[in-house]
Amino acid sequence: MEIQQLQENLSEHFTDKIISCIIDKDHVVLTANVDNLYAIFLELKSELKYNFQMFMDLTAVDWLDRQPRFDLVYHLYSVELNHRLRIKIPLIEGQAVSSVSGLWSIADWMEREIWDLYGIKFSGHPNLKRILMYDEFKGHPLRKDFAYDQRQPLIQDAWPSRPFQVNVKGLKIHRPGNDV
Amino acid sequence: MEVNTRVLPGAVYGNSLDRVLGWARKYSIFMYPFVTACCGMEYMSVASSHYDIDRFGAGLPRFSPRQADVLMVVGTVSQKIAPVLKMIYDQMCEPKWVVSFGACASVGGPYDNYATLQGIDRIIPVDIYIPGCPPRPEAIIEALMKLQHKIQNQKHELFAGSELKNTFK
Repeated sequence: MEIQQLQENLSEHFTDKIISCIIDKDHVVLTANVDNLYAIFLELKSELKYNFQMFMDLTAVDWLDRQPRFDLVYHLYSVELNHRLRIKIPLIEGQAVSSVSGLWSIADWMEREIWDLYGIKFSGHPNLKRILMYDEFKGHPLRKDFAYDQRQPLIQDAWPSRPFQVNVKGLKIHRPGNDV
Repeated sequence: MEVNTRVLPGAVYGNSLDRVLGWARKYSIFMYPFVTACCGMEYMSVASSHYDIDRFGAGLPRFSPRQADVLMVVGTVSQKIAPVLKMIYDQMCEPKWVVSFGACASVGGPYDNYATLQGIDRIIPVDIYIPGCPPRPEAIIEALMKLQHKIQNQKHELFAGSELKNTFK
């Protein structure tokens, strides 16, 4: 489907459910409210006119000073009809989103990633726990208010105050208890 | 007058035994490649026949830490994998040496962030550091020769009681 046509169809179909549907840099962008999210996704997948079988990507944007703070960004692709769609969902901090892992299985891991890195909760997700960072990790590192060097080592740093010094000449590398 | 205690017969014997053991060990290096990132490509090229590290007796990597002498840490080590690296180091039998391969393993490389360990020497002792991102094969071969030099000149604790000198505290 041509993008102009897709944009017109979507705007017509979801008139009362979406905030806007525009074409931005050769890409149809649909902005919707979080409450209508599942209904929209269900139709996008099941309606043969759209036929979005493929869940390409899920990411989020942290605007920090903006209200609502987050944007959830979904990318869908139809293999048969060869068209793409970007869906943006503005989110207030702490607001839960309904999971779409029942529609596309891959959404399971992608939603876990978003939970891990941005701290956005997905209600109805079968197994919402961290996927990249370890369970002991505190905070959500891709949030803009997370300092990049908040290191949380799992095992003790052997020499926490050790300066970086390597004496290559003569290979006299300090090693406690084993002076070579 | 300074007394040279090493002139004692036993000490002389021990000294030459060190040399023999060092000579034997430096030509039978069994590497354990702990490959986590893109430096692995460079490691593969070195380990393959073109650069022929079998010249140094290091041609046969062992994929079990129990059978390895040298732990090659190749690539970025994240905070999540750090306990695994420590466990592998602890599982290796004495004598053992560690080579830190590339900038990431040595000091964290460009990844000065929450996820990356800032150099493996923060959790295990390192004998040789190889700089570079990634290092050239020649650099790795030089590191291997330096490691051989180190093994040759090391005091080898064959009969030295129960105390393990390499244990990292």
